Amino acid sequence: MPKDEGIGASSKRREDLRFLTGKGKYTDDINLQGQAYAYFIRSDVAHGKINSIDTSAAEKMPGVEQIFTAKDFEGVGGVPCGWQVTDRHGEPMQEPKHPVLAEGKVRHVGDPIAVVVADSLAEARDAAEAVEIDITELEPVLNMKDALKDGATKVHDDLTSNLCYDWGFVEENRDAVDEAIKGAHHVTTLELKNNRLVANPMEPRVAVAEYDGSTDDYTLYTTSQNPHVIRLLMGAFVLGIPEHKLRVVAPDVGGGFGAKIYHYAEEAFCTFAAKQVGRPVKWTSSRSEAFMSDAHGRDHVTKIELAMDKDGKFLAIRTDTHANMGAYLSTFAPSIPTWLHGTLMAGNYTTPLIYVNVKAVFTNTVPVDAYRGAGRPEATFQLERVVDKAAREMGIDPIELRRRNFITEFPYATPVAVEYDTGDYHATMDKLLEMSDHAGFEKRAEESKKNGKLRGFGIAHYIEACGIAPSNLVGQLGARAGLYESATVRVNATGSISVMTGSHSHGQGHETSFAQVVADMIGVDEAQIDIVHGDTSKVPMGMGTYGSRSIAVGGSAMVRATEKIINKAKKIAAHLMEASEGDIELKDGAFTVAGTDKSVAWGDVTLAAYVPHNYPLEDIEPGLEETAFYDPANFTYPSGAYGCEVEVDPETGKVTVLGFSAADDFGNIINPMIVEGQVHGGLAQGIGQALVENCAYDENGQLLSGSYMDYTMPRADDLPMFKVDHSSITPCTHNPLGVKGCGEAGAIGSPPALVSAVVDALQRGGHTNVTHIDMPLTPDRVWAAMNS
Amino acid sequence: MTKVTLTVNGKTVSKSVEGRTLLSSLLRDDLHLTGTHIGCDTSQCGACVVHVNGEAVKSCTMFAAEADGAEVKTIEGMANADGSLSTIQAAFKEHHGLQCGFCTPGMVMSAAALLKDNPKPSEAEIREYLEGNLCRCTGYHNIVKAIMAASGQDVPAVAAE
Repeated sequence: MPKDEGIGASSKRREDLRFLTGKGKYTDDINLQGQAYAYFIRSDVAHGKINSIDTSAAEKMPGVEQIFTAKDFEGVGGVPCGWQVTDRHGEPMQEPKHPVLAEGKVRHVGDPIAVVVADSLAEARDAAEAVEIDITELEPVLNMKDALKDGATKVHDDLTSNLCYDWGFVEENRDAVDEAIKGAHHVTTLELKNNRLVANPMEPRVAVAEYDGSTDDYTLYTTSQNPHVIRLLMGAFVLGIPEHKLRVVAPDVGGGFGAKIYHYAEEAFCTFAAKQVGRPVKWTSSRSEAFMSDAHGRDHVTKIELAMDKDGKFLAIRTDTHANMGAYLSTFAPSIPTWLHGTLMAGNYTTPLIYVNVKAVFTNTVPVDAYRGAGRPEATFQLERVVDKAAREMGIDPIELRRRNFITEFPYATPVAVEYDTGDYHATMDKLLEMSDHAGFEKRAEESKKNGKLRGFGIAHYIEACGIAPSNLVGQLGARAGLYESATVRVNATGSISVMTGSHSHGQGHETSFAQVVADMIGVDEAQIDIVHGDTSKVPMGMGTYGSRSIAVGGSAMVRATEKIINKAKKIAAHLMEASEGDIELKDGAFTVAGTDKSVAWGDVTLAAYVPHNYPLEDIEPGLEETAFYDPANFTYPSGAYGCEVEVDPETGKVTVLGFSAADDFGNIINPMIVEGQVHGGLAQGIGQALVENCAYDENGQLLSGSYMDYTMPRADDLPMFKVDHSSITPCTHNPLGVKGCGEAGAIGSPPALVSAVVDALQRGGHTNVTHIDMPLTPDRVWAAMNS
Repeated sequence: MTKVTLTVNGKTVSKSVEGRTLLSSLLRDDLHLTGTHIGCDTSQCGACVVHVNGEAVKSCTMFAAEADGAEVKTIEGMANADGSLSTIQAAFKEHHGLQCGFCTPGMVMSAAALLKDNPKPSEAEIREYLEGNLCRCTGYHNIVKAIMAASGQDVPAVAAE
């Protein structure tokens, strides 16, 4: 029986009313009195030496307030990187400076060189046309393997090479893995690319900043998934503004998907310039700017080897990956191909020996960082694709091969340093086969054949590490921050509740689902609870929303704070009823004394806390407000089985996705409707990656996919109706809600399922030489594979 | 500067605009109707769809001056007279057809235009019609469901869960 309210109910979202009536308040909707507009002049070459910048003519143009170049930023810090990776030899990664505006050199198309601040955007753009910039083009560094050759042109002249780091994991296993592969019955090898993507939240980035000289206070409104992190990075490392003088607000944010985690130069620029010009400064990214300034995602080139015994039991995995960092290190960039990638290489399987080698490389491209899934899709893609290929080579059904190697006992310590607490991979596989009508596939394939089409079915099983992360662990791994979360629960005198959470909602529906949790714990109506987020002046601290961490970490902090509230409220109730605190029970918003008919309502207790006339002042303070910080004991490990059914037109190579089924284990579920929506969105992004999306550069480093005319976003008619299920539940053992997180799963599990489905279709059509096609599987690539 | 007079959500307004001012800018910057969103600069995303004389138009493809004399309806004018959500808006909420909300105004305006011309569209017709509206959050699944529901059709028949 579905619940109407509280944990487990598909409560309709309270956010929707404002979004459906045009009353949402996004950053670009914020206009400050007297604001000026910033227009960024960006490099149109991939790599070049700046000889001169002449702003004299532009400065005389109408409406121009000031034109900024790197010389205005002397003494200002660079955009910082939040994670230091240590290489195979124990040395720190190479870390170049990332100036707010280009100093001496430009290093990617879109690298900001100068900014015009003017009375209107039109005037700023007009004046930008009059800024004369002389650049000598240099040879661009684009191919990662070429970039590592001796004598290669360097992206950063002050570094020893284009290698950021050469990371080995687990380095001690290296020789044992080599030995196991040498002696194995069979080794399946697969070389593949994980295509570069652009996150493309529908709301482009925006920054509006103001400075109050009378108090020395700065306020920045920005499109961020984590305003406190921006406050810390920008305040401490770039502009030297202490936290108490810098307020960062991320109001309604129109999607993030990773791209709005990072601290960007434009935010620092607007904040800096607001003081310099003495008026608020606003910058709104165009979509074209977004393509060349938002951090990109993925872009790995990988060789993976899987060693097996004669029964298909996995013995060892060895991977060799080149990971593109782009021209500078974005906030979390170094951690993505390492700690969020190598640690997931065991997947759902009992492989005893694993060695992951990653070479991170600087190139003259936009910086690359986390995009929905962040490292985990790259790990899952190569592992599930090599398993699929291995099944073919071994003559074992791909489902059976997976089942033979599934981890079945928990907790399970992998050879790549993580410990899965719970899971039931056979259960999700069983569910998938049922919901995708796998038994009826052959019949459907026959029908397709009669119609001259090739039908295929592909499967993938994934594991991910969410709820990032235990602070002491990530500290050892190089994180320059803790990854706890905070929550303050403020109960007002009349019993209504404001919850200030450090998680940030930009589509996830926290205002609804977080309220469900507190309502359930106390037994009051959800309508009595407001969730406040996205403002450093309101929320004590927050590490923000990414890595499917909101409910697992932010939700846990909120639970801990609510528990403190309940404990204090029970003390007050005990006093009011002249009973022992240990006998007080809270149910449905009323306190009772066990074994009696004594009762006092929630509102009476909250009122007593603020009007303490009859109150145990000698024992407890008035008021009812509690804060908790929650630092997780482990990651959470959602898992699931995904199945994709496709039809390929052998004449054109066009792939049609006929069906997609997802059987997930997310642990306990707060709001099933929201969870299903998260999976739908993740699937669309994963199918988008596999089928249509590609961020492409030409041989000169020009961004070919610089707009929606060139970068294909999945549209409604590219996608089927999805089948999603989350009834396989093995609750997380180490957080109070037993939740695992659901935000990224869809994007992680779907690309290998789709590619395997197309390979299956082609194999069934007699194209037995086709064992892999690199994404995206556009008609020309599929046709070429069939006709190779 | 050109003076334009138009009716927006039932109210007549006059503004002076530059020749290059787009209808989307007039709505957002001059009339403060910020429900109309700008998600791209190539007329692909559809976040700025409004109705001009009853037809769905991407307001970033039209100069404000071209809207002189026109009747324009934006997301702010879509609710019922008593302030309650219209059938389409209510269906988006009921079926979770929105997440971050940024594409939502354009989706609702497009859906309304579709249902005006085709009161009972098939799933395929809805998907084809939405080609000009990008959503990055929902995978379109629940948007399609919401539009089916708003048109009075049986949602479970198309919903595969």
